[in-house]
Amino acid sequence: MPFQPVILWTDALVYLLLVLAAGMLWYTRGHEHLMQPWRRVAGSRTAQAALVVLSSYLVIGLLDTLHFHPRTGDREAADVVYSTEVSSLFDVIAGPLRTQREKTYSAPFAIHLFSKETIEKADGTTVRDYPRLAYGGAHLDAHGTGRLADILGKALAGAVKWALAWSLLLVLLCRFSRARILRLLGGRMRNPWHVAAWSALLLMGVFGALWEMAGYYHVLGTDKVGEDVFFQSLKSIRTGLIIGTLTTLVMLPAAILLGIMAGYFRGWVDDLIQYLYTTLNSIPGVLLIAAAVLMMQIYMSNHADDFNSLTERADLRLLFLCLILGVTSWTSLCRLLRGEALKLRDLEYVQAARAFGVGHFRILLRHVLPNVMHIVLIAVVLDFSGLVLAEAVLSYISIGVDPATNSWGNMINGARLELAREPVVWWSLLAAFGFMFTLVLAANLVSDVVRDALDPRLRQ
Amino acid sequence: MTAYIIRRLLYALPILIGVNAFTFVLFFVVNSPDDMARMHLGGKRVTDQAIQGWKEEHGYAKPLLINRERQGSDMFTETILFEKSLRLFLFDFGQSDSGRDISHDISQRMWPSLAIALPTLLVGLAVNITFALLLAFFRATYLDLWGVVICVAMMSISSLFYIIGGQFLVGKLLNLVPISGYDTGVHAWKFMILPVIVAVIGGIGSGTRWYRTLFLEEIHRDYVRSARAKGLSEQRVLFRHVLRNAMIPILTGVVVVLPLLFIGSLLTESFFGIPGLGSYTIDAINNQDFAIVRAMVFLGAVLYILGLLLTDISYTMVDPRVRLD
Repeated sequence: MPFQPVILWTDALVYLLLVLAAGMLWYTRGHEHLMQPWRRVAGSRTAQAALVVLSSYLVIGLLDTLHFHPRTGDREAADVVYSTEVSSLFDVIAGPLRTQREKTYSAPFAIHLFSKETIEKADGTTVRDYPRLAYGGAHLDAHGTGRLADILGKALAGAVKWALAWSLLLVLLCRFSRARILRLLGGRMRNPWHVAAWSALLLMGVFGALWEMAGYYHVLGTDKVGEDVFFQSLKSIRTGLIIGTLTTLVMLPAAILLGIMAGYFRGWVDDLIQYLYTTLNSIPGVLLIAAAVLMMQIYMSNHADDFNSLTERADLRLLFLCLILGVTSWTSLCRLLRGEALKLRDLEYVQAARAFGVGHFRILLRHVLPNVMHIVLIAVVLDFSGLVLAEAVLSYISIGVDPATNSWGNMINGARLELAREPVVWWSLLAAFGFMFTLVLAANLVSDVVRDALDPRLRQ
Repeated sequence: MTAYIIRRLLYALPILIGVNAFTFVLFFVVNSPDDMARMHLGGKRVTDQAIQGWKEEHGYAKPLLINRERQGSDMFTETILFEKSLRLFLFDFGQSDSGRDISHDISQRMWPSLAIALPTLLVGLAVNITFALLLAFFRATYLDLWGVVICVAMMSISSLFYIIGGQFLVGKLLNLVPISGYDTGVHAWKFMILPVIVAVIGGIGSGTRWYRTLFLEEIHRDYVRSARAKGLSEQRVLFRHVLRNAMIPILTGVVVVLPLLFIGSLLTESFFGIPGLGSYTIDAINNQDFAIVRAMVFLGAVLYILGLLLTDISYTMVDPRVRLD
């Protein structure tokens, strides 16, 4: 085999999340009353556009989740040797973006380095000037003539290529769902699918242009050690998505179980659970996270031998961060669920079930849980954007993800001091903020629509 | 009322004990003092002697729970649990790992924190309520729609962006005020104005949207309809009826954070170099000074519980329907 698959801890949880999501989708499809809110979501133009953005992030994040050890050494050799380095499918696709490193900073689309160096000329004299980049714009001549035209040409070519891919995708989708393409694009269907289609075209066009240009230039410049900022920003997507989703995934079992148990059983169970979450809640979140992460750092530095590789260590740190963020955020959901369960336990159908002699566990599972699921879903969707933003802040206070992990927080942290330079190095910061803003805005828009659709109070 | 307050304070005790137990487990059981010493002295190649020395110096050399070498009550007082954890209840925070008196530091540093956090809260409140009232006045028009869109967009921007952008724009490009630092007395205003503005702008998005929801909830109530039916003008309805009734959730939301203002904002203070408790905490985190982090966790919990108590009391003041017994 040319590679050896690796499943990191977070990968495994992402797969679990996908299985759960698929299971819920399948279950929902069979129940009309559960489909109802999602039809509302599909009927919203904002949600359609925002979901396209979210799914494009998701695709990149998933490509970046398929990890493996690439094979090294001679291909003909009899014994197969795998590299200790962990790569992802996305690394392979992005190939040159990852490997084409410059010496240090360079501006977007630049063909020269950002700082002067002593260059030795052919005739032996030395001169202090901005040296040419090793990869950025290397196909141009010495003076970089026709750079603008070249950039525009590449952008157009990329946009056209990806637009073709878009139309192919559209044809396939329409064939699959038996919809008429023109009716769809003209917006003459019941749901505004045309918004999704056109925003997908826009997104794919822009991405295609960037992607094509990225093969020849550093479209968003390079950072201090010469790494392509565009590549870093794309790699950071996985971290952002993982923090946003796994945190809720790991806190859900505790929040749901304790929340409905407290509301349903009342009495001492309620007292105990309330005490538990009030105590945890009274510690300010940042301080709790700081304390826990400090402790983890000590543990990791004292048990450095337990980790096989840096990637594994960074991955475990990411998982731990999700766990600790989960500990600080489950309390509010737990309180909401307790309140709802308190109401539900006195409703007629629950009382009838009890009169029939149905066990507590069965009542909780069959009658209480399904009726609080909308609250859980709303909480999951609402928490996402806050968690993505929190990652950047925590990484800045150095209690966030591992410094070796690609994340927007680490990008900002690494670049913020460079604003004091003259001229200013702005591209790393702006790239990180831009990518983060797009994701969070899309998530916020979707969550608004989902909340409106799921919350029965607002539906009247 | 007095009886209620006393009862509430007694309720707070088990919660504080819980917080204390939690921090004790986190700081002394998950990692033993030996681990901490090794961390501070650096790496694995540290002699046991050096670790013992570090522990003696910082007062971690005693047993965790029970000191079997002592007699009588000393058996329990000469322990880490008593000296490092239980003393927090008396607000005796002891010494930091770098040898400074934490209580003294806190009493010095809470004022700059308050000087930034209080204006931020008040100005932010005024700005957000103004915008929210404006949106509620023009509800269901394009102004309202775009106002909400802008709010959502502003909510989606990282707080780091506001801080870095504000520092860059005002401090560096326009050169109006110093980027960071602090001064005592009246000269502090120069250093205060930028953090306050940045924090207020950063909070506009979520604040305005939240208050708008509160106002719109009130606007659909029956008493508002009767007020309109009486022939009151829309302005009068908004200011005399809607605003005053919406003040109940707004005020209680504000009161709960009042005590926490002393701790200040970690981000703002460390970016703007304000010598408050927020930057104190950040420095402690970066220097891995556990004594300070432990003290701040406890202090934060105390202030939060105090905030909850104040909230309940303020309910009775603004809403005569609520009675505490």
